[in-house]
Amino acid sequence: MGQITLEKVTKRFGDVEVIPPLDLTIEDGEFCVFVGPSGCGKSTLLRLIAGLEDITSGVIGIDGNDASRTPPAKRGLAMVFQSYALYPHMSVRKNIAFPMKMAGVPQDEQARRIDSAAKALNLTDYLDRRPGQLSGGQRQRVAIGRAIVREPAAFLFDEPLSNLDAALRVGMRLEISELHERLKTTMIYVTHDQVEAMTMADKIVVLRAGHIEQVGTPLELYRAPRNLFVAGFIGSPKMNLIEGDAARQHDAATIGVRPEHIDVVDDGPWQGKVGVAEHLGSDTFLHVHGTGLADIVTVRATGEVGLRHGDTVSLAPRAEHIHRFDASGLRIA
Amino acid sequence: MATQHSRSAARFMMAPAVILLLGWMLVPLTMTLWFSFRNYFPLRPDRVPGWAGFSNFERFISSSAFWPSVQTTLVIVGGVLVITIVLGVALALLLDQPMWGQGIVRILVIAPFFVMPTVSALVWKNMFMDPTNGLLAHLWRFFGAEPLAWLSEAPTVSIVMIVSWQWLPFATLILLTAVQSLDGEQLEASEMDGASPLSRFYHIILPHLSRAITIVVLIQTIFLLSIFAEIYVTTGGAFGTRTLTYLIFQRVLESQNVGLGSAGGVYAIILANIVAIFLMRIVGKNLDR
Repeated sequence: MGQITLEKVTKRFGDVEVIPPLDLTIEDGEFCVFVGPSGCGKSTLLRLIAGLEDITSGVIGIDGNDASRTPPAKRGLAMVFQSYALYPHMSVRKNIAFPMKMAGVPQDEQARRIDSAAKALNLTDYLDRRPGQLSGGQRQRVAIGRAIVREPAAFLFDEPLSNLDAALRVGMRLEISELHERLKTTMIYVTHDQVEAMTMADKIVVLRAGHIEQVGTPLELYRAPRNLFVAGFIGSPKMNLIEGDAARQHDAATIGVRPEHIDVVDDGPWQGKVGVAEHLGSDTFLHVHGTGLADIVTVRATGEVGLRHGDTVSLAPRAEHIHRFDASGLRIA
Repeated sequence: MATQHSRSAARFMMAPAVILLLGWMLVPLTMTLWFSFRNYFPLRPDRVPGWAGFSNFERFISSSAFWPSVQTTLVIVGGVLVITIVLGVALALLLDQPMWGQGIVRILVIAPFFVMPTVSALVWKNMFMDPTNGLLAHLWRFFGAEPLAWLSEAPTVSIVMIVSWQWLPFATLILLTAVQSLDGEQLEASEMDGASPLSRFYHIILPHLSRAITIVVLIQTIFLLSIFAEIYVTTGGAFGTRTLTYLIFQRVLESQNVGLGSAGGVYAIILANIVAIFLMRIVGKNLDR
């Protein structure tokens, strides 16, 4: 069980409204990712749900019960912090046991849960070490272990992978997704990295300045971004946003074409000079200048492309993948 | 070549300071050792100076005042340590709370540390502990109690109070910086884990402070073993407030027996080193983590 509902939730710090009235439902068992640029209020929103910050007005419901004024420990939620927040003077075993000790769980039950969590997270060999003797990824797993043993209604993750190096991040991403498949518990995950959001989420909530810009599955957001902000935020490399004559031809103030939806052809409507060409092997990202459309048009060509700096190319967008936006930045259906 | 050259130049340049400091330490130490083996009475022409062997050491330790003075030293040091650390932790936690006028309050808390020991002892003796006009006497009378003659009725307690007042700011300051270095996410994590404020203090804050507490204990012990002015100004060593340091002072200046006092000084060096070795091992263990 772990359905979380927010109704007209607001948060003010003094005169500053950080979260304007906001409604959101996170279904039981869902993996929900809050994503947005830094300072968009996603962490604040998570802390409001956790109870670490008090909401100014509105209602937070957990499984249908009003939990707006419930202290954090009583909400049945477990949180994994960005810095992991492990207790440095306790062994891994004691760290994991801490929430159970506080809740007065019997010793043998504690031992059983620690064992199963350690097995699930590959920590069995490290139980008697201190956090200082562990690597970043292992610390991360201890933090998750400490959350799991509480058997919470939902897990809250606050940018848990941002302190790890790139290779480890990909590995932990998979582990967390795997964990979600196994536990089927509600998870709320905050990140500024849209790749993490796209790869892990059942539902993505895109936030900007405390507002929800769009809610949907990763592919919904990719296929039909509701406005220019979501269009520019979701997808890597970024969508090309083009204004002016080229947009007017499509009856729009702005059109957006993703780099993967532009082909290098012999005779296309757009011409330009290749600036930097990034050869990844599987793909080549071409940064094309001087098209008269935008400063740089990014093109993703599949495979190895024999284009170099200074070459002239001709580009053709795929008509069925052109996103159109009106003057206020909203999507034209 | 150039590095070699500048290294020896550096040694040459540092030499005066090193030699001065070495002399500063070695001359008094050697003189103390020398006098401790001598019969030496500079202001008493009736006594013959000369070699004394170990008789000074024997006399100092067999004197009826020796063991009580060691005991008093330990009671005062221990009492001050307990008071400053317990109150220091409490004050540090209080001062860490956001409040109006934080900067000024923090400066006020540190202020007693800037008062010279002689001055603070005089202020306590005359303004607080005086049995007729002291502030505490007025307080006692206000509640209808008989005012206490602090320095004669509870002399050791009084001295512990005065010295604690002086050293509390130091403990508070060190512990406050330690409290401030505690990661806020750890406290939040423990809050989510269901820890009450009391168990948060016991399981998270106190272990975090353990290092700072060992450092406070170490530094304070070194300084507290040699407190003198507070005793000289208040009780003058009477009523069982004679510490080892004070006993040495009396032997040298009141009995004019420099040899006997020097022997006491050597004992004090040994005692301080025993305490220091103990503390260093504890600190080393705590700092390794």
